[in-house]
Amino acid sequence: MNNALKNALLNRLIGMADDELILSHRNAEWTGHAPLLEEDIALANLAQDELGHATVLLGLVEELNGKTPDQMAYFRDAAEFRNVQFLELPKGDWAFTMLRQYLFDAYETILYNRLLTSSYQPLADVVAKFRGEEIYHLRHSHMWVERLGLGTDESLGRLQAALDQMWPLTAQLFQVSEADNLLSEEGVFPLAADMADEWQEIVLPHLANCSLHVPTHATMLLAGRETHTHFLNDLLTDMQQVARWDPSAEW
Amino acid sequence: MDPEIPVISLIEMGIIRDVTVAAEQVSVTMTPTFSGCPALLEMESLIIEAVQTLGVEQVVVNKQLNPPWTSDWITETGRAKLKAFGLAPPGMHGGNVTMTFFDLVECPRCDSKNTKLQNSFGTTLCRAIWVCNDCLEPFEQFKPL
Ligand SMILES: [Zn+2]
Repeated sequence: MNNALKNALLNRLIGMADDELILSHRNAEWTGHAPLLEEDIALANLAQDELGHATVLLGLVEELNGKTPDQMAYFRDAAEFRNVQFLELPKGDWAFTMLRQYLFDAYETILYNRLLTSSYQPLADVVAKFRGEEIYHLRHSHMWVERLGLGTDESLGRLQAALDQMWPLTAQLFQVSEADNLLSEEGVFPLAADMADEWQEIVLPHLANCSLHVPTHATMLLAGRETHTHFLNDLLTDMQQVARWDPSAEW
Repeated sequence: MDPEIPVISLIEMGIIRDVTVAAEQVSVTMTPTFSGCPALLEMESLIIEAVQTLGVEQVVVNKQLNPPWTSDWITETGRAKLKAFGLAPPGMHGGNVTMTFFDLVECPRCDSKNTKLQNSFGTTLCRAIWVCNDCLEPFEQFKPL
């Protein structure tokens, strides 16, 4: 693999891993705070799955850049993270958390299906593994969007407010850089922009069935994955502080 | 033995995929059940320990992700042991766990099929929580994957 291709792939792998890692952290923040005991357990499970996926993906990163998963997770600063912004926003209320999970699960389901045939075999192998687990996530978040959307005026109101806030940010999932063309030509990684239609075909009917209105005049976020909100700093301070207190500690 | 379900072996779980013996070295190929399973490292050291007690010093454990582990690989004996442990075994699905696939699960206490899913997520990544409408007991199921 030539250097240009390798760097482009690294960038995408780090993006996938960071999406999982950051969302995992936000979901883990519900532990002990979810509205129902059962959901407390469910969120802890989601967070654990996502952390597992991040660890596996960072293992693929290590094969390419020699940095261990711990170095990547705990010793990079916000500017080096490549997650999309809507995953780093504070966990908000239950409607926000479940809608975010749903929109992201639908995206991941499509991404994994496409990556099954990636010409980069290690990546095809890991998504084959992730895919079965992801079904449980999507099923759960899909059901919650329905329950809240068709629930009370208040639950629908909160869900709609979450959608209004989040919708413009979802455009970031489908951003492409020039290097991505290279990956797509080599069959390594699908062009993110090509997945947008498929994603909309999944989420738009469900959102409509749940009495939600997708904002029509929103300004979509077109910034790249290297840009972040200040919320990522806060999250990293929390997530990284123990590891940074004593980098030489053995666990 | 499985660290989280200490009545079933890693072979009965379908986790051990292959064992090869060459001169001085034994290689064991295993496949993880759930990616985020915290028992993975523990399983690896249990495998090494088990082979070493047979008098082999060099043990290599390879992890294989593809084809991904499926609960269909749990053996008949394994399923019986799960049930005796109070954990309803996963239904056979032939690789067809989809958004709309829902198991018909028998209560491991009274064998009733009149049961309902309470939570797809349970006390470990591999368990779901069900309730039996006949004996009214809640029970856990090993999730189909
Ligand atoms: Zn029963």
